Amino acid sequence: MRMRAAVRRTLVLMWKELLELKRDPRLLNIVILAPVLQLLMLGYAATTDVRNVPMVVADADRSVASRQLIDRFNDSPYFTVTHVVTTVDQVDPDLTKGTAWMALSIPAGYGNHLGTGVPQTVQVIADGSDSNSATIALGNATALLAGYTKQLVAARSPAAAAAGFDARIRIWFNPRLESRDFMVPGVLALLLVVVTAIMSSMAIVREREIGTLEQLNVTPIGRGELIVGKLVPYAVLGLVDVVLVIAVALLWFQVPLRGSLALLFVLTLVYLLTALGLGLFVSTVSDTQQQAMMTAMFFFLMPMIYLSGFVFPIANMPRVIQWLTYLIPLRYYLVIVRGIFLKGVGLEALWPQAAALAVWGTAILGLAVARSTKRVR
Amino acid sequence: MNTGADTITVDRLTRRFGDFVAVDDLSFGVHQGEIFGFLGANGAGKSTTIRMLCGLLLPTSGTATVGGVDVRRDPEGVKRRIGYMSQKFSLYEQLTVDENIRFFAGIYGLSRAKFEERHRFVIEMAGLEGRGRSLTRDLPGGVRQRLALGCAILHEPPIVFLDEPTGGVDPLSRRRFWRLIDTLSAQGVTVLVTTHYMDEAEHCHRIAIMHAGRLAALGTTSELKGLFRGRSIVEIDTGNPVMAMRVLQDAPAVEKTSVFGTAVHAVLRHGDDDLAELRQRLTAAGLTVGAIAPVEPSLEDVFLDVMDRRAS
Ligand SMILES: Nc1ncnc2c1ncn2[C@@H]1O[C@H](COP(=O)(O)OP(=O)(O)OP(=O)(O)O)[C@@H](O)[C@H]1O
Ligand SMILES: [Mg+2]
Repeated sequence: MRMRAAVRRTLVLMWKELLELKRDPRLLNIVILAPVLQLLMLGYAATTDVRNVPMVVADADRSVASRQLIDRFNDSPYFTVTHVVTTVDQVDPDLTKGTAWMALSIPAGYGNHLGTGVPQTVQVIADGSDSNSATIALGNATALLAGYTKQLVAARSPAAAAAGFDARIRIWFNPRLESRDFMVPGVLALLLVVVTAIMSSMAIVREREIGTLEQLNVTPIGRGELIVGKLVPYAVLGLVDVVLVIAVALLWFQVPLRGSLALLFVLTLVYLLTALGLGLFVSTVSDTQQQAMMTAMFFFLMPMIYLSGFVFPIANMPRVIQWLTYLIPLRYYLVIVRGIFLKGVGLEALWPQAAALAVWGTAILGLAVARSTKRVR
Repeated sequence: MNTGADTITVDRLTRRFGDFVAVDDLSFGVHQGEIFGFLGANGAGKSTTIRMLCGLLLPTSGTATVGGVDVRRDPEGVKRRIGYMSQKFSLYEQLTVDENIRFFAGIYGLSRAKFEERHRFVIEMAGLEGRGRSLTRDLPGGVRQRLALGCAILHEPPIVFLDEPTGGVDPLSRRRFWRLIDTLSAQGVTVLVTTHYMDEAEHCHRIAIMHAGRLAALGTTSELKGLFRGRSIVEIDTGNPVMAMRVLQDAPAVEKTSVFGTAVHAVLRHGDDDLAELRQRLTAAGLTVGAIAPVEPSLEDVFLDVMDRRAS
């Protein structure tokens, strides 16, 4: 009897919440437009692919062989040779002005010595002011040179090639070398937590601000009923976002999904609960919507983004901070979402992360219930 | 003052916020079926008292019972016996009239049959026939207040707390609202209501005047007016009330003065024997003076008098 009354109150609260959400003119923007636009934007921006790097070549050799090498660079999608000069000091102005990010220097006699056994050194100079891009571009250049060398050797001496020349560059899990395939699932994870946590952080504090919370507090509604009644409607909206965002990742960015879509969906739901629980918890401890927004953003979401491994690799963090990252749900979900998308692994590999998320979600929801008092002390 | 039959008993109730004492050692009782008014300046502690009595705020010390239930020990028990309209607006503006009623009926666990009956009652008392589908946001203030009252008493509580229910509402709507309060009281419902309007206060069976967290005066309207026994009030018609007040302040017979509409009220120390002298003083100061007549003290006179004496 008691239970039935509690269930009824919870359902009535959900119904009311959905009605209010439905009539909120900002809803469409927050739930649909913002996440999709952000995923599109971040999906394009948060890519570490460095393509069409402008390149200047100092060709002191001017032979057929040197021209072949230059063409090789120019034909690659990663480089565009802007112009060719003769000596190394002539590349300087281009690098300082930024019209070229990279320079290739081919020594005189390169063509003549090729194939004679005399080791040839070509020099690659990169503008290090954007060290990230430089490292990636250098990697691309190295790979290109290695491939080219292997080809040259094979052409002149098939035996040597067969004997096992190896460029020793291998790419795992992301053979298309698309950093977008790696980034988009991460952006998806980020977006879901930001949108749902911020949305639900408004849920209770909004009523506190308007004054209706005090009205609710004189009714028989229980604290758990309040939290669950608020949680479920926002979970429904979160689910809409999940479907939307996964659809954009698969259909628009064509990120290959190697694992199970159903598993991805279920684990994303668990992740959603942690984000919603976090938002509701913030909502119970805040006095105003603005305060809730700030608390959610600066105390929870920002540290989460920085410490999750999304921006900086966890392996490179100091030991203490590494321990701290275990407190961050995004950390677990990143492993899950990348694992399912890129490696195609299943629950047998991901259960620790799934369990961590479930524990986290339960704990934060429990805290939210405990914090939402019906009487001010 | 506290008889055993009181439905609300308040005993040395105190609430602090940090060092600040918002409600200070408050004691009184409210009879069943009574309309009990709470008067007091902004910040006097009226809302704080009501929130403690509704089980929304824990008292720092002292006790209170509402409907026989201790507010400190069983706030949820109190909540089952009361209806409460907070000072802030307490309906969902994005919901329609019907949806608001349905929501609160659901939260209070009304049966289907009961819901139909109460829904009809609320629509009728709020004067919302045929407007069930209007968004609450679009209703005029007076109608919204009546609807809010209806939603607060859907579960037919025997005790109702109304915190400034008619703030910002036109006089006609206020009168209509008070007819509802009278009806409730006639049905035996106890109503504790705060207001800043003196005409509303006159309507209460008894009035408590709060000042800085303390109970400054308590009684029926006529009991409160008895505070003026031995003194008298004259109303002075004059073209320049401000100037007249300044002149009167120097008259030895005058205890104090206040503006009352376009006239001046002067409280005289011993009877109305000095009226001629007052007129003389005023004309001597170059003021045109109309009638000077003794008047019954109004509740406003009482209120201002109590405030003054508390402040000094
Ligand atoms: N939560 C709180 N924290 C700190 N101070 C508070 C709190 N609630 C009320 N106060 C203070 O307690 C005092 C009494 O407030 P209260 O709202 O009870 O006054 P009131 O008589 O209802 O006034 P009004 O006529 O303006 O509604 C005020 O000075 C107010 O600032
Ligand atoms: Mg108040």
